Amino acid sequence: MSLLLQLAALFAKLSILAVGGASATVPEMAREAVRTHHWLTPAQFAQLYAISNAAPGPNVLISTILGAHVAGVAGGIVATMAMVAPSCVLAVLVSRGLERHAGARWRRVLQAALLPITAGLLLSAACVLARQADTGWLTAAITLACAAGAYRTRLHPLLLLAGGAALGFFIF
Amino acid sequence: MGFFQAGIMGFGGVLPMARRMVVDDRRWMSQHEFNELFAVCQSLPGANITNFAAVFGMRHRGVTGAAVALAGLLGAPMAIVMALAGLYARYGALAPVRHALAGLAAAAAGLLLGTAGRIAAPACKSLSNVAVAVLVLAMVLLLHLSLPLTMLLALPLALLLASRAMP
Repeated sequence: MSLLLQLAALFAKLSILAVGGASATVPEMAREAVRTHHWLTPAQFAQLYAISNAAPGPNVLISTILGAHVAGVAGGIVATMAMVAPSCVLAVLVSRGLERHAGARWRRVLQAALLPITAGLLLSAACVLARQADTGWLTAAITLACAAGAYRTRLHPLLLLAGGAALGFFIF
Repeated sequence: MGFFQAGIMGFGGVLPMARRMVVDDRRWMSQHEFNELFAVCQSLPGANITNFAAVFGMRHRGVTGAAVALAGLLGAPMAIVMALAGLYARYGALAPVRHALAGLAAAAAGLLLGTAGRIAAPACKSLSNVAVAVLVLAMVLLLHLSLPLTMLLALPLALLLASRAMP
């Protein structure tokens, strides 16, 4: 039970702080899950993130797969609800007010201010994952190649993920 | 509202699917309304698409609508991912699986790096944006500050800079 409570507390906190989406909270998520709670190893974290990424559905599924890994189906459901509910309640409460002020100066300021923060958080998240996943030159090369592919081309993300998995499977 | 779930199962990109269903197929919203509501959801914490589903469901059918929209959006993907977590627990340590997963994890990290680059590129037109992004990066990676503390420090600065830059 206390495990489920810990999951709920962690993801509810992340939910409210997830400016730029669930991926932006990856550094904090990894810190808590790997270092504070010792629920899994860094490599496992990177692998579970990758699996949730390759599966269909939105990014919040990282909370589902972590919860399920830690505490089974109940853990997956609790973690997802904790990740989704607080931000959704907030969105429902303030969306009307925000919409009424569409185009207002303070809204443009807020959006402009969030952009570099989101960029910084997502870059940090990518670095954290790369540090966990890249154990040698081959994995580092896969990461760089996929980064270039995602940045420069319109290749489907699944294609890049499948390519990485195939390379790992055949070369290691 | 039950059929909300039908359209919203997409690999990687849930947003384009949701847009097509809400705007083109079911005509629940105009493109303009969709854009405006989505922009609102983007400036709020949480996954944009789940926020969108909750607000949208709430408007049309109240709390039940919000719950149904979220369940429709997340139900099937959650079941799939939890099944994958089960397989991972059972077979994740086998050598061939482990190797493929190592490659997959490296690819996923790269994917996020590329996406982050795409988001960062247009933001990097102004020096103050670069400064905020680098500051956030340093606070998270070098100083290992917690996310609440990072936001507490970065948000006021970013708001100040954005406010000064905007006429």
